[in-house]
Amino acid sequence: MYHYDEYDRALVTERVAQFRDQVARRLSGELSEEEFLPLRLQNGLYLQRHAYMLRVAIPYGTLSADQLRTLASIARDFDRGYGHFTTRQNIQYNWIELEQVPDILDRLAQVDMHAIQTSGNCVRNISTDAFAGVAADEVLDPRPLAEILRQWSTVNPEFLYLPRKFKIALCSATEDRAAVMMHDIGLYLYRDANGEMLFDVMVGGGLGRTPILSQPIRRALPWRHLLSYVEAVLRVYNRHGRRDNKYKARIKILVKALGIEAFAREVDAEWEHIKDGPAELTEAEFSRVAANFVPPAYVPQPATDLGYGTALAQDAQFTQWVQRNTHAHKVPGYVSVTLSTKPGGDTPPGDVTAEQMEQVADLAERFGFGEIRVAHEQNLVLPDIAKAYLYRFWQAACEAGLATANIGLLTDVIACPGGDYCSLANAKSIPVAQAIQHRFADQTLLQDLGEISLNISGCMNACGHHHIGNIGILGVDKNGSEWYQFTIGGTQGKQSALGKVIGPAFSAAEVPDVIAHLADVYREQRIESERFVDTVARVGLEPFKARVYQREEVRA
Amino acid sequence: MNNLIRLGSDGAELATADPWMLALTPPEAPTAPLILSFSDWLARQTEAVLRGEQTSADAVCLQPDEEAEQLEPYLAVLPLIAVHFPTFRDGRGYSQAYLLRTRLGWQGELRAVGDVLRDQLSHMRQCGFDAFAVREDKSAEDALKGLAGMSVLYGRSAIEPRPLFRRRGGL
Repeated sequence: MYHYDEYDRALVTERVAQFRDQVARRLSGELSEEEFLPLRLQNGLYLQRHAYMLRVAIPYGTLSADQLRTLASIARDFDRGYGHFTTRQNIQYNWIELEQVPDILDRLAQVDMHAIQTSGNCVRNISTDAFAGVAADEVLDPRPLAEILRQWSTVNPEFLYLPRKFKIALCSATEDRAAVMMHDIGLYLYRDANGEMLFDVMVGGGLGRTPILSQPIRRALPWRHLLSYVEAVLRVYNRHGRRDNKYKARIKILVKALGIEAFAREVDAEWEHIKDGPAELTEAEFSRVAANFVPPAYVPQPATDLGYGTALAQDAQFTQWVQRNTHAHKVPGYVSVTLSTKPGGDTPPGDVTAEQMEQVADLAERFGFGEIRVAHEQNLVLPDIAKAYLYRFWQAACEAGLATANIGLLTDVIACPGGDYCSLANAKSIPVAQAIQHRFADQTLLQDLGEISLNISGCMNACGHHHIGNIGILGVDKNGSEWYQFTIGGTQGKQSALGKVIGPAFSAAEVPDVIAHLADVYREQRIESERFVDTVARVGLEPFKARVYQREEVRA
Repeated sequence: MNNLIRLGSDGAELATADPWMLALTPPEAPTAPLILSFSDWLARQTEAVLRGEQTSADAVCLQPDEEAEQLEPYLAVLPLIAVHFPTFRDGRGYSQAYLLRTRLGWQGELRAVGDVLRDQLSHMRQCGFDAFAVREDKSAEDALKGLAGMSVLYGRSAIEPRPLFRRRGGL
């Protein structure tokens, strides 16, 4: 993973001092809340329903064991003993005192971390595949270019007061696990026949009030032009994006208003001025950054591990977990493991306790190479575990309460913090997620339903990415009470699709029944091992609507 | 007083003598040289100024929704360009400044006016501003502290056209 040098460290340290001064001026009243607001947002600090929330950046979701231990210590010393992993591969703490934020940032800086640009109308954390660098289907490693983009976009003076937030994601595997098409800029990285790294650049994606999938703007962009091209897009957006209405201020609205061709012409005209200038990336810079991402010292593994084979044969629970929670690795004999943060019960999706973070850090060092990833589905990934250790690893994960075998299943719910914490929310997310997890606790039923993504957002801002869930649930406010609107058929990846609304919203109490009806229709209609989302695509919304609302009418 | 910070060859200083008057609505009988909206400026210039044969006595203030490029024909005759920040959260002025400095080659004074505050001054400086009319109710002396910003710039800017990766090794 990337290791800070003196420049990176100087920037983060100075940023802490700068923010310490800004907090002191806010507390003394020298800065008004209006003046302080964008400053604190650019340092990841929101004012929520009960307290400040601090969102810490985890660049492209990669952590060392020591960094994770530091996150645990912050949860314990400054919060209530847990943190919440987000759909942007970051972590947020929900019970923070303003006075303590500079000390938290100081502690983060000690382990080369920060909260810069995790919020605000600026370029946010760069995100990518949680399996970057290790996935069997990866074409090449996107992390060096993600890090180069991270540096370039950090405190870039021209682009700190954009019309609205700006999100960039990269992917370079056959399967898009980074939800590239719902980003303001999405980058598909690949090699051409000559081995040259190229990007297919997508622009104008985003969820929120007006969900739009991105469109291709430039094919086969040579990697050396990455920064100048992104700069051209940002300059056109900064100059021409709408600022009169925050719901129409994302770049997707500008792209839609101009049309992709006209928008691309604007970008090209701007790019023409800067493309061959000093922003052009050099081989030396790529090599310098890429040297941080050399593969760890993998140990050659036997073609078949007897102990592993025996464990699979004898322990059905282990086998089920291996099937659900491991991911194919590019090195034979290794797998990537996903630790579910969604055991059900009282734990909100994405919440991890300080003790668990420390246990995961220990597991990463004991069984892997001391590295942890955060997936945008809010789970934790240990990228490099030898199959020979997997059974012992699983037993340790079980003890930590992190071995729920539900990755990709209905109970692997993606949810924002919702109305329990967030002052933007129209409705609560967490109790709804818990009710669904409770209703579908039966493993046999859950496994039979197979792969279904379920995403819950407490409001239009769509932090729970409900539009791209196979089942999406959106919290809405109707005359002061909380209601839930359902979409089905959404999907992420290269075949991304936005879910379609099935009809009027439901009360929280009705939500588990609605899901049960959707599940019933799926089981009746599916052909062989067809997934839920494929059944929806084939039979359409009608059978689902008929079942869900027929019941409503009977009861009424 | 214009509450003005100006960058000079010896660094930044509070400008004690600044004659300019920001007049987005032009006064009947001006007592000082004026900084005008572009349309007012155009209307007040003589043919000779518009033909580029004579320097203008008036300066122009760009609004966020105006194109920096519209000033290109007049750069030789303008004594000063101001860029208006109606609110400090409106970042269009940064791109206008960048374009004026790096693309249009403006060498004269580039002044930030409006909601100009301490915590944005370093970004403005990096985008090419060399004068800052700090908001009236704020202390310009205090705002000076915000001018330096941080020592590390990863990317590039109007005053540092090379990104860090082309400057490494010089720390």
